[in-house]
Amino acid sequence: MTPILLDTGDMILAGGLIVGCVALSLVLSLGIHRTLIVAAIRMAVQLVLTGSVLLFVFGRSSVWLTLLVLAFMFSAATFEVGSRQVTRLTRAWHFGIGGFSTATGTVIVVLVGLLTALQPHPWYQARTAIPMTGLLLGNVMNATSLSMNTLLSMVARERAAIEARLILGATRAEAMNSLIRQSIRTALIPTLNQMAAAGVITLPGIMTGQILAGMNPLDASKYQIVLMSLIVSGNMIGATMSAVLTSARLSDARGRLRLDHLAR
Amino acid sequence: MIEGVSAPQAGDVLSRGLSVRALHNAHAGPFAFDVPAGACLVITGVSGAGKSVLLRMMADLDPHQGDVALDGRFCSGMPAHRWRRQVVYLPAESGWWSDSVLDHMPDDALTRELMAKAGLRAGVLNDPVHRLSTGERQRLALVRGLRQAPRALLMDEPCSALDGGTTLMVEAMMREAMAGGTAIVLVSHDAAQATRMADLRRELAQGHFVGADS
Repeated sequence: MTPILLDTGDMILAGGLIVGCVALSLVLSLGIHRTLIVAAIRMAVQLVLTGSVLLFVFGRSSVWLTLLVLAFMFSAATFEVGSRQVTRLTRAWHFGIGGFSTATGTVIVVLVGLLTALQPHPWYQARTAIPMTGLLLGNVMNATSLSMNTLLSMVARERAAIEARLILGATRAEAMNSLIRQSIRTALIPTLNQMAAAGVITLPGIMTGQILAGMNPLDASKYQIVLMSLIVSGNMIGATMSAVLTSARLSDARGRLRLDHLAR
Repeated sequence: MIEGVSAPQAGDVLSRGLSVRALHNAHAGPFAFDVPAGACLVITGVSGAGKSVLLRMMADLDPHQGDVALDGRFCSGMPAHRWRRQVVYLPAESGWWSDSVLDHMPDDALTRELMAKAGLRAGVLNDPVHRLSTGERQRLALVRGLRQAPRALLMDEPCSALDGGTTLMVEAMMREAMAGGTAIVLVSHDAAQATRMADLRRELAQGHFVGADS
């Protein structure tokens, strides 16, 4: 069983689909055509570059090279996690909290995965460590970003409600806990949907990939189960950390709501 | 006027009541004044003069320099939430954290009693907050605040949406709280209300009290 390889014609087809979406955006006045084009070009360039870099890195099996690639991935995630949010903290805190939460959630589950379930030899082997980190990083980044975004926009909107609790003697935790919980729940909804739909409505990405690459479907499903569990754990850690840290930054030791810590 | 309301000396604070000392931020103050327990200070001034800023600083809701003491104990010397439990700020626009009134106060004898005094029909407890009139929300916020039996009330236009008769009912509630030893700082645009309620009066303009004695 060899994987089915794609040729140039297939790539042109993919490009055609994007052009179709851009046309739709123009016809329907969605206003996302520019973003869509930029995103598509970025995606293509990034993926081709990644493929080439990985080809190179896998061939070397150097710890330092692997770490360098990982460091680059984490920096990019730190930047992305804080982008596309309307309500933002001041710059350093925004990216600091987003990046720190994403990295913590990812590192914990990657280590759990590499040291227990997958156990490549050596455990930092690039061929396993880099794709694993990439997969988890992307997921944790989404959850962290959603959680932060939800909390920031809710706090900005619900100022009067939060202060109403503070005024009556609530601590900042009491005043903001319901918003923190709501943010974490919102951040986890896509993952929960994905888990509920896995195998029934959709064939999850890793399993699909493994099957296309020729793995036995049952083995592929076991792989997916372990990875899905790692993903949901990482997402939970990232989302919780970013919500808690963001809410802490939006209040102070005197339990005040500090919306002046938002970027204007 | 009540005894003990002369311009305060730095350092000494009232053993019963509110004492504001060197309270300021970048836009307003410094303020220094006393409101003895059971007295009402009425603050007037045009919009934007800093009245709400002053009340918010007193409730420790905004960053500030200086301090406020209640019954001889300074705000900075206790956890902020304990301060706010005793020094309750009632903003001009009350905030509600859920659409059900009963999430904000239990349906008990105290609530019913305070609601009756405020002229609120019992039915508002079961109405969604967004269906209440501004005046009903204003009075419910007062009920919610008074349930805590605060030692000091910082009220920002508490009767702005009320008719004359209801305003008098709310003022009677305020007097009852004062009789129980609560100090009140009342921001009001209503000259008649100021005359009725004030034991002390101050006028604010551009972040400072107008006149010699502040």
